[in-house]
Amino acid sequence: MLRSQQRGVLPGFRLTLGYTLLYLSLIVIIPLAATFVKSSELSWAQFSQTVFSPPALAAYRLSFGASFLAAAVNAIFGFIVAWVLVRYDFFGKQFVDALVDLPFALPTAVAGITLATLYAPNGWLGGWLAPFGIKVSYTQLGIFIALTFIGLPFIVRTVQPVLADLDSELEEAAASLGANRWQAFWRVIFPMLSPALLTGFSLAFARALGEYGSVVFISSNIPMKTQIVPLLIMGELDGFHLARATALAVVMLVISFLLLLAINLLQWWSNRYNATNPA
Amino acid sequence: MVEQPLQRNQPGMIDDAKINAPRRMSEPPFVRRLLIAVALGFIALFLVVPLVSVFAEALRQGLGFYFQTLRDPMTVSAIELTLIAAGISVPLNCLFGVAAAWTIAKFDFPGKNILLTLIDLPFSISPVISGMIYVLIFGAQGWFGPWLIEHNIRIIFAVPGIVLATMFVTFPFVARELIPLMQAQGRTEEEAARVLGANGWQTFWRVTLPNIKWGLLYGVILCNARAMGEFGAVSVVSGRIQGQTNTIPLHVQILYENNNIPGAFAVASLLTLLALVTLALKTWVEYNTTGLRGTAFTPLPLKKEPNRKLA
Repeated sequence: MLRSQQRGVLPGFRLTLGYTLLYLSLIVIIPLAATFVKSSELSWAQFSQTVFSPPALAAYRLSFGASFLAAAVNAIFGFIVAWVLVRYDFFGKQFVDALVDLPFALPTAVAGITLATLYAPNGWLGGWLAPFGIKVSYTQLGIFIALTFIGLPFIVRTVQPVLADLDSELEEAAASLGANRWQAFWRVIFPMLSPALLTGFSLAFARALGEYGSVVFISSNIPMKTQIVPLLIMGELDGFHLARATALAVVMLVISFLLLLAINLLQWWSNRYNATNPA
Repeated sequence: MVEQPLQRNQPGMIDDAKINAPRRMSEPPFVRRLLIAVALGFIALFLVVPLVSVFAEALRQGLGFYFQTLRDPMTVSAIELTLIAAGISVPLNCLFGVAAAWTIAKFDFPGKNILLTLIDLPFSISPVISGMIYVLIFGAQGWFGPWLIEHNIRIIFAVPGIVLATMFVTFPFVARELIPLMQAQGRTEEEAARVLGANGWQTFWRVTLPNIKWGLLYGVILCNARAMGEFGAVSVVSGRIQGQTNTIPLHVQILYENNNIPGAFAVASLLTLLALVTLALKTWVEYNTTGLRGTAFTPLPLKKEPNRKLA
């Protein structure tokens, strides 16, 4: 009762809330719920046979391993890119800053065929690696490259604003108390950036787990070898094995929700940790 | 936006704040140069080389072949379908974004944080699953499958399915830009307009909309880029029938799999140009505003509100 009086003079609460909930339910909630309902039609034996089958287990291992490695490589290089963009001036800085978002803006299919061609044994980069016996396209290494490409912006864009808002007084205090530059970085600056870095890492990891378009071209899609989970689900769908696809999708959805929860907690921690970040 | 020239030999000139700073406040020049080199090298290898190679591969067979591929009826029909899918999903998600932002930013109600999380949900779901959920509902083996077949309505492997999948993956884009913006603006201006006698629509058109126009434009740019470029989700529901259910990204795949590599890259170059235009527009909007940083491109969870105490 109290609340409805409090809404005061602005109109449209019922209309906009009603429309928001209706549209959200129709497009997102009901279709997602359908996945869980459909999977409950499977018996436990059928469900576990699908989600714990050897190709599925190999796909989880590859998906998690490649996504983790790609996010880790991005954490290192993304951090350096963010640092350079915030702290230094150099020719073409604005251009580089805008270009960082390319993996978001470029459709994944384009990224996929481009990377597959570049790293093919006769491609610009693959041809250069071939004499050393390094094969990238159609191997697990190729999947890692594609996942690194799509994950780069997450780290840069989460670390960059926090680094820009960092209070320089703390660095000055460290320097005046006798810390050298490396000590000031490692003991003062880095701990303040670590929540943002971890958040960026989780976002890149979560995105890589679900990635399909950029991987499908560079992976040879061989079960047990170069098949990540989204490719496995796609294979089941193409074979009209809807029940098996649904079971695998439920596993991935649960993992995604857990990651989303973790990212929310990290974000909350990050906001609390950095008082300079407007809460 | 003036580019700063390289200032290698003038360490004191780097910026005003550092002129008087003690030496220990900044890295030695060689460390600085090394870090810039590593960052630029990584960007060049992972972003610039692929970008250049798209156009190099597209023009490998010459301009004649390039334009011939783009004029091909199958390419034209893919472009048309992409425009239809984006033309329906972007305005609908725009309307949703404005409604959701209005209700979340201008009113207090319980469960707001859950609503914020649900709006973000499509970002954390694999594109393959985003397409699959509609197959489970409208596909031949799905909930409404038998009924739809009986009435001869096609959703999956037809245009409506493509539109639905596009709507799902671009669902949060506009809402995510507008919610933080409108939350920051508060409700006092609208309340003043109402007290001065404006009705609801007048308040929205004359007060709210001018305040959110940049944020709305920004959301639309990002939403459109994703809508036109979506591949995984659309690929599940399309069936890839050339000339009928083929979007531009799916056409790229068909050409590539048929070993028409220059053709695939010619069509892909259209999407690459779209990406470059998107980045340019995005940078331009950011330049004209403060605080817009692409919350849809970097899907950090939207900030939760602490539970407000009743006044």
